[in-house]
Amino acid sequence: MISNERKEYLKRIKRNKRIILISQISIIVLFLGIWELLSRLNMIDTFLLSSPTKVFNTIIDLAKSNNLFNHLFTTLKEILISFILGNIIGFTISSILYLFKTLSKILDPYLTILNSLPKVALGPLIIIVSGANTKSIIIMALLISSIISILNINTAFKSTDENRIKLLKTMNASKLQILFHVVIPSNYSQIVDSFKVNISMCFVGVIMGEFLVSKEGVGYLINYGSQVFNMNLVISGIFILIILTIGLYLLISFLERKIKK
Amino acid sequence: MNNILEIKNLYKNYQTIDEEVKVLDNINIKVNKGDFLGIVGPSGAGKSTLLSIISGLEKPSSGYIVKDDDITFAYMLQTDTLMPYLTILDNCLLGLKINKKYSKEKELEVIKLLTKYGLKDYINKYPSDLSGGQKQRASLIRALCLSPDILLLDEPFSALDYQNRLNISNDIKDILKKENKSMIIVTHDLSEAISLCSKVIVLSNKPSKIKSIYRIDLDQDKDPINNRMSDEFMKYYKMIWRDLNDK
Ligand SMILES: Nc1ncnc2c1ncn2[C@@H]1O[C@H](COP(=O)(O)OP(=O)(O)OP(=O)(O)O)[C@@H](O)[C@H]1O
Ligand SMILES: [Mg+2]
Repeated sequence: MISNERKEYLKRIKRNKRIILISQISIIVLFLGIWELLSRLNMIDTFLLSSPTKVFNTIIDLAKSNNLFNHLFTTLKEILISFILGNIIGFTISSILYLFKTLSKILDPYLTILNSLPKVALGPLIIIVSGANTKSIIIMALLISSIISILNINTAFKSTDENRIKLLKTMNASKLQILFHVVIPSNYSQIVDSFKVNISMCFVGVIMGEFLVSKEGVGYLINYGSQVFNMNLVISGIFILIILTIGLYLLISFLERKIKK
Repeated sequence: MNNILEIKNLYKNYQTIDEEVKVLDNINIKVNKGDFLGIVGPSGAGKSTLLSIISGLEKPSSGYIVKDDDITFAYMLQTDTLMPYLTILDNCLLGLKINKKYSKEKELEVIKLLTKYGLKDYINKYPSDLSGGQKQRASLIRALCLSPDILLLDEPFSALDYQNRLNISNDIKDILKKENKSMIIVTHDLSEAISLCSKVIVLSNKPSKIKSIYRIDLDQDKDPINNRMSDEFMKYYKMIWRDLNDK
């Protein structure tokens, strides 16, 4: 039997959630509405700032000419490849650094400096060395994502509860056993968090790379739009990016829930 | 005598950036097969340190631990260390898995012990679902199921209620006696040390020396509560109590 107090409580939580969702949707609707209104009333320059309907039509046109999906597919493919590689690199190197503490201390300042260095500055170098192609884009994304990943996972590994490690030592566990039985499982949620950071970093890296070299992809679309001064295209590109971000965010939360079960 | 472990002229200093902390000062102990050794002493004396050195976790500054290579230890640490991401059963099986001694029969044995110590309903639960005392019982089972030659216990019952404390300590005594295993237990509870152990070692303040060693000779067949009520028992209690408080 559920008590009235509990019913009230559950109802209140539900109502609160609904209010938040409605407000969230209202903000975007309001934003789009005002934007459309201002452009219809000619209060903003639609040549520069476009309008929701124009953006919508541009996206439909892109979809009809099949271009949209090519661009999307290219960008997604690059994100996926760099995401997977970035995590593997980040995870493996952090594990190695954990096993070899002195090496980790030696490399520490280099990693920190590499992390603060704006990776876009390395763009020209990457392009010259590996060519104006997809490889450069992925290297760019990896530079951004894997270094943060190494730093994050390594910090988490180092903060593992000493008593747990001590316990394993009383069982005569090897370093590798300590890594797999304590250090990795103790930092499960930090590892998942670093995956989350990683996907946004790959996103940044891929779009940056596409700005610099590509002939395809959403980043290219935006860059091309700005070169031919087609602001509809630029803003549509940004919109597509926003939708991609939402998609990736939903995917990650879904996977996170799956993993944490 | 069946001497299985000998601590000889043991000194231990901890080195930190700021200072050198002298903890153990010329400790000499002999452990025979089947011995139950109690270690009592003021807080900070170095009791946990001593167990860590015996188990090989810490290195002595000088002196030796003499033992056969095939002597095995299981060490229940002073701080609770159940892995929060493992079920109680998996926690208890952890040592067996690490030492590649896991088998289905061993698992059944562990389940039997868990059941005996009132943790049957928690076998597939996680440590966060357990009370402090329940966690301690689980940690104890984890150490016990490794069937070590020497069981090292650091304040193993501190979170248990009095009744559980008596029963479980008595059980462990029986289990180890049956298998002719040895135990070294650090405890703040004098009664516990006297009723469980065949020898009680009193350590002084840090840097600790051995103040005295008491050989306990009580009628072992009595049940634990009767044991603790006897005149003999009280005699030991008063003696060790005075010794502990004597500066
Ligand atoms: N890793 C360490 N580095 C430096 N000093 C330490 C270290 N471990 C312990 N000590 C010091 O050594 C002394 C003995 O510590 P230990 O934990 O062995 O005492 P204890 O007798 O077990 O105390 P308690 O009864 O409170 O558990 C303490 O003064 C402690 O501060
Ligand atoms: Mg201690």
